[in-house]
Amino acid sequence: MTRFDLGYVAGTLPLLWDGMQTTLLLTVVSLVGGLAFGMLLAVLRLSRVKPIALAAASYVNLIRALPLLLLIFWFYFLVPLWLGRPVGGFTSALIGFVLFEAAYFCEIIRSGIQSVRRGQIMAGLGTGLTYAQTMRAIVLPQALRNMLPLLLTESINLFKGTALVYVVGVRDFLTAASIIGTRDNTLVPMYCLVALVYFSLCLAASLSVGRLQRRYAL
Amino acid sequence: MRYSWNWSVLTVEPNLGWILSGIEWTILVSLAAWSIAFTWGSVLGIARTVQSPLVRALAGGYVELFRNIPLLVQMFLWYFVLPEVLPQRWGTWLKRDLPDAEFWTAVVCLGLYTACRVCETVRSGIGSISRGQAYAGLATGLTPFQVYLYILLPVGYRIIMPALTTEFLSIFKNSSLALTIGVLELTGQTRRISEYTFQPIEMFLTATALYGLITLTVTALMRVVEGRTRLPGMITVAVQ
Repeated sequence: MTRFDLGYVAGTLPLLWDGMQTTLLLTVVSLVGGLAFGMLLAVLRLSRVKPIALAAASYVNLIRALPLLLLIFWFYFLVPLWLGRPVGGFTSALIGFVLFEAAYFCEIIRSGIQSVRRGQIMAGLGTGLTYAQTMRAIVLPQALRNMLPLLLTESINLFKGTALVYVVGVRDFLTAASIIGTRDNTLVPMYCLVALVYFSLCLAASLSVGRLQRRYAL
Repeated sequence: MRYSWNWSVLTVEPNLGWILSGIEWTILVSLAAWSIAFTWGSVLGIARTVQSPLVRALAGGYVELFRNIPLLVQMFLWYFVLPEVLPQRWGTWLKRDLPDAEFWTAVVCLGLYTACRVCETVRSGIGSISRGQAYAGLATGLTPFQVYLYILLPVGYRIIMPALTTEFLSIFKNSSLALTIGVLELTGQTRRISEYTFQPIEMFLTATALYGLITLTVTALMRVVEGRTRLPGMITVAVQ
C-alpha cells in the first residue's frame, strides 16, 4: 500500500495533469489580475489625496491581517450571493486570490517605486521631460529592476498558495491527488508525489530568481 | 443581493463557546509553533553563518526543502504520511494513543515550516553586521562562540526585530491551516457555525474582526518591544 509502484503512478498521471492544469490556470489568472489590481492600489496608496491613499492603505492592511484560508471561505459564500447565482468554487477562489494577492503586490510595487530617489524625478523634470516621460524613462525601469525579484518570489508563493483551494473542493493538483489517494487507498505515495512535484518546480523557480537577481541587481 | 441578517447567532449557545474555543486553539497552536520556530530557526540561522561549509549546506538544504513545499502539503505529509512510513508501533502510537494528535501535528508542522523563515531572518540579521565587528572580537581574544554570544547575536536580534514581528504575525494566519487536519481553531469554528446556521457573513465578519484584533494587539506589543530594543543610529532591515 505504501510502496511506490511506477506503473500505478503512471496510470494516475492523466488525472493529476488535469489537476495541475487547474493549478496553473489559477496561478496565471490570479497573477495577472493581482498585478493589475495591485498596481492600481500602489498608485492610489502613493496618491497625494489623503482619503484615497488612506482607503487603499486600509484595504491593504486589512487583507494582510487575514489568513488566506478565511478569505477563500469568504468569497466561496459571498461571490454567489453577489452575483445571485452559483458560480462554483473555481471562480470564487479566483476572485479571492486576485483580491488577496493584489494587497501583497501593491506593497512590492510601492516599495519599488519609492526605492528610486526623488532627486531623479526632479532631475528628469529639470531636463525638460514631462512627468509621464520621467516616469517611463527614468523611474519605472529602475523600480521594475528593484522589485522584479520580489514580484517573482511572490508569484512562487502564489503558486504554492493555490493548493489551499483544496478546502472548497476545487480540483487542483493537490485535490486531484487526494481524490485518487482516497479512492485507491494510496494517500502515502500520492502525497509524496505531490510534495516532490511542488518541491522541484518551486526550487527550480526560486533558483532562477536568485540567478536573475544577481545579474540584474543595481 | 438578498441576505437576512441575524446577529443573534453569535450569542446563542453553543456558538459563543465554540468561537471562544476557536480563539483559544488559534492562540495555542500559534504560540506553541512559534516556540519551535524561534529556537530551531535561530539555531539554523546561526548554522548558516558559521565557518564549516558542511553545516552551512545542511542548514541551507533544510531551508530549501521546507520553503519550496506548500504548507498545506506539508501538513498532509505530517498527518497522513508520517504515521504510515514510521515503524508500525510508532505509527500506531501517533494515530491512536497520542492525545490531541491533530494539535501536535499542526504545531510541529507549522513550527518546522516557520523555522525556515526565521532562519533566513536571523541569517540576514547576522549578515548585516559589518565583518569588522567579528574580527575585532576575535582579535581581542574572544572565541568564535563568545563572538556570537556577546557581539553578533545581541546586535543581530535587535536589527531583525521588525522582521520577526512579521513572521510572528504570519504564524497566527498560517495556524488556520490546522483546520484541514481537524483542529477546530478560529477559522474552522466559524466555518462550522456558518454551515449549521446558514449565517456565513456574520460568522466570517466575526472571524475577520478577531484576526484583525490579534494583529493589532501583537503589532502594538511588538512596537513597544521594538522601541525598547532598537539600536540607536541603525536602520533596521525588513526581510521579505
